[in-house]
Amino acid sequence: LALYFHIGEREEKCIIEDIPSDTLVVGNYKVQRWNIHQHDFLESAPGLGMFVTVTSPTGEVLLSKLYGPQGTFSFTSYLSGEHIICFQSNSTRFAVTAGSKLRIHLDIRVGEHFLDESAIQAKDKVNEVNVRLEHLIEQIHHVTREQDYEREREEKFRKTSEETNSNILWWAIVQTLILISVGIWQIKSLRDFFISKKLV
Amino acid sequence: MSPRSSRGPLPPLLLVWALAACAARASEITFELPDNAKQCFYEEIAQGTKCTLEFQVITGGHYDVDCRLEDPDGIVLYKEMKKQYDSFTFTASRNGTYKFCFSNEFSTFTHKTVYFDFQVGEDPPLFPSENRVTALTQMESACVSIHEALKSVIDYQTHFRLREAQGRSRAEDLNTRVAYWSIGEAIILLVVSVGQVFLLKSFFSDKRTTTTRVGS
Repeated sequence: LALYFHIGEREEKCIIEDIPSDTLVVGNYKVQRWNIHQHDFLESAPGLGMFVTVTSPTGEVLLSKLYGPQGTFSFTSYLSGEHIICFQSNSTRFAVTAGSKLRIHLDIRVGEHFLDESAIQAKDKVNEVNVRLEHLIEQIHHVTREQDYEREREEKFRKTSEETNSNILWWAIVQTLILISVGIWQIKSLRDFFISKKLV
Repeated sequence: MSPRSSRGPLPPLLLVWALAACAARASEITFELPDNAKQCFYEEIAQGTKCTLEFQVITGGHYDVDCRLEDPDGIVLYKEMKKQYDSFTFTASRNGTYKFCFSNEFSTFTHKTVYFDFQVGEDPPLFPSENRVTALTQMESACVSIHEALKSVIDYQTHFRLREAQGRSRAEDLNTRVAYWSIGEAIILLVVSVGQVFLLKSFFSDKRTTTTRVGS
């Protein structure tokens, strides 16, 4: 677990994963708390846990569990879209002491299907290549699913652009009509007004 | 051999060897950077490892962010202000914790969504050469070339996905702006025109006490 970052104790940190449907996402994390006395992050503070919440693109909560200071979580997406993974510690300290922060190590894998390592251990060459090929095929399926999702998104993009285009055209016409009709009304109204005032 | 994150599962037979050399890791995270905020990430890297940091801004404002990469001694290896996309490769000159930060401190009210991909080390070979007596068989070399091709497919796919997301974000922005401005302009047009007429009329209207003033 290599990459890490810092957050405040009560802070919630979210990351976004834009993934196609039927994709497995596995996350590994480890959290450490800053210890003021030792000026270092403690290995695993007792009682410290992390709430992991995963929200689907429609706002539905896919996963919401409390894990210990170190853990693995996973979920499979039903819909394509932006899934939001949020981390928040269960620390109940309201008075946040100065310099109190958490260090979170994080590793998220998307669409990875773990190899059956025991099959590879078999010294049988054919088996090893077989397993690798199967893995490759699974990955190609994932690439295909991503491409399908990409098509959906590009369609949405195109629709938005065309909507903008027709919006501009329509509103330009409407504004011109308003301009003309209001102009005519102005002149008429003023003319009638001046005639009635016997100024013309 | 996975589409994202760590590429290449390490066979347990060679796990120790791989770790001793340079364990390949890749972390990619998409996160939201609020306005006036700075977010830093740290990673422990062994000396001599070749690393690549790539980032792209997906949504928000002018789609730019400040990025800065420092080595364990605090020496700045890479520093760019207001960049939309960049890729930086370096070799770790010493062991320690490297730090890279993204800053949105120049922006007053736009949140940015930033994607970055930090790759540490090279991938271990699929069929490592230490236990072998013969050269790679045809099957194995075919596997290796498919693996390499898939890696670049995945790379391109990720880049395309990000560019499309960025384009779509701009298009949606444009759409809402066009809608609001058009409605606003139409209303202003109406209000101003009608107001003009009534204002003019009021200049010429009879006041109770004074005589009619013409063209004041």
